[in-house]
Amino acid sequence: MANTAQTVEREAPQAAEVKWQKPSNFKRFLKRAWDCKILLAMLLPALTYVIIFSYIPMTGIVLAFKKYNYVDGIYGSPWVGFDNFKFLIVSNKLWPLTRNTLLYNIVFIFLGMLLAVAFAIMINELTNKVFKKIFQSFMFLPYFISWVVVQAIFQAIFGFEYGIFNHIIEFFGAERINFYASPDGWPVLLVFFKMWKMVGYDCIVYLAAVAGIDQGMYEAASIDGANIWQRIRHITLPSLIPTMVIMGLLAVGQIFRGDFGLFYQLVGNNAVILKAADILDTFIYRSLMQTNDYGMSSAAGLYQSCLCFITILIVNKIVKIIEPDYTLF
Amino acid sequence: MKRKNKIFQADLAAFKLLGYVLVFIWGMLCFLPFLLVVMNSFTSEANIMRNGYSFWPGEWTLEAYKTCLENPERIGFAYRNTIIATIVGTVLSVLMSTMTGYVLHRKDFPWRNGFSFFFYFTTLFNGGLVPWYLMCTRYLGFKNNYLALVVPMLFSVWQMILAKNFMKGGIPFEIIESAKVDGANDFTIYWKLVIPLAKPLIATLSLFAALTFWNDWYNCMLFMNKNNMKNLQYFLHEMLSSIQALQELVSMGKVNLLNEESANLPQQSMKMAMTCITTGPILLLYPFVQKYFVKGLTIGAVKG
Repeated sequence: MANTAQTVEREAPQAAEVKWQKPSNFKRFLKRAWDCKILLAMLLPALTYVIIFSYIPMTGIVLAFKKYNYVDGIYGSPWVGFDNFKFLIVSNKLWPLTRNTLLYNIVFIFLGMLLAVAFAIMINELTNKVFKKIFQSFMFLPYFISWVVVQAIFQAIFGFEYGIFNHIIEFFGAERINFYASPDGWPVLLVFFKMWKMVGYDCIVYLAAVAGIDQGMYEAASIDGANIWQRIRHITLPSLIPTMVIMGLLAVGQIFRGDFGLFYQLVGNNAVILKAADILDTFIYRSLMQTNDYGMSSAAGLYQSCLCFITILIVNKIVKIIEPDYTLF
Repeated sequence: MKRKNKIFQADLAAFKLLGYVLVFIWGMLCFLPFLLVVMNSFTSEANIMRNGYSFWPGEWTLEAYKTCLENPERIGFAYRNTIIATIVGTVLSVLMSTMTGYVLHRKDFPWRNGFSFFFYFTTLFNGGLVPWYLMCTRYLGFKNNYLALVVPMLFSVWQMILAKNFMKGGIPFEIIESAKVDGANDFTIYWKLVIPLAKPLIATLSLFAALTFWNDWYNCMLFMNKNNMKNLQYFLHEMLSSIQALQELVSMGKVNLLNEESANLPQQSMKMAMTCITTGPILLLYPFVQKYFVKGLTIGAVKG
């Protein structure tokens, strides 16, 4: 490269036929980098962070194919091929976990969207400002607490000895229910608490979207004789579809990742309930921290990450075909 | 929205009635559990033993709070850890996301798409819990120290994207260009120009970050086993899991399991009091900061 520069300089005086040779691509690259050196420097903290905490751990997925022991570390432990995965399948863990994770998330997404959109539409039609303000605040409140606090609330309501739920049903003559003694009813409870916590948050997004719909359309429709249900069906809902699609896509991309806080706090390590309520995330956590089975945990983790990634690719492809504006990338 | 036509619309009235009823029910469902917790934190333990949890304390008392705060070392540490982690974490986190968002929004930055994807890809695929955990504990030493409380949540790609989109929409590029012409370097532009203009963004990011740090218990569960390094949420979690709490009380000599008196030691109400103490600050601040969260959600979520 140095030669090229010298050649250029020597040839320059022959102005008539000089052909300015572009500096090599590498040199241009260096120059551009130097020009924005400050920007690049500003990028360094986040870059380092992401490399350390996201990219380097990606190399750790080899652990799924190894039998980890502490002495040899990640890179020294012996290979066992697909044994970890085989064990997960054979011990009938992989499928129930996947099914639970997927089913719960599907319900969370659909029911959550239904409730959030319904409430947004309803709240938008209400006229009393004080009522709206108070009850919107109430609805948003559960978002701000952690799942630990939800656990406290759960115990206060559904506890066996002192819970207010048992108190009430006993008052009506029924027998106390010990929720911690059986897996029955837990899917409903878990779905309810998830909705309780997230609907307020999603509702706000949809409210903003609904509030932004052009009022003229509604007035024209009501002049034409449309009643409120028709107005909702033909104006509000179609206008909300872009928002719903975006929220839906973001959610579907994470459909194999469960809400760890919800499941871990409410269900805990109760083996009885785990049959109905164990998901991939809680299994991975327990395998790591309690049974110290690094191989299984990594195998399940890799399985989960791959499923998520494939789902995102598929969903993105589908969306690209239907409506290219909404693709994630 | 005023209805211009004064004709009574039965369908609209019916819908509004339905709306009021359903929203009322759901709103109450959201609010009542909190009322339950607060009320029962002021109830005597004996009352709870007799009647279970209820919405009106049969006997008003502060004994639950007294017991909680009586052993201030434990709670003191928990509060201290949570507050330090929240303040330090929020400041660093906001700095990181705004700075990165700033760089990636600069139209004149040649590799911005590449880097954006580099960051975004981490939300699509990751190596799972185990490699991350090994990285943190084995190679970075996150055990029983503040690093473990703060670093794992320092950088969030979503917050960076939020920052980037805000700056794209809210800060005219001409300002940056003219600053460059005036000779300011990129960092000065960021620090002296963009940050002051991005106050709503910083408010929103700070609140989201502060909430995340205050509510975190997962990192304690993974990385802490020394009592003085646990934070509020994790402390509450242990108490709710009961076993630990009882053991603690026994080891403090406060509970002799054979002693009759100890049966009255506030346990249920103590759990409720502890819950109030843990989440109280958030709920007290809530009315004031609610609108920033709403704004943040609507800027960020819809544009993605």
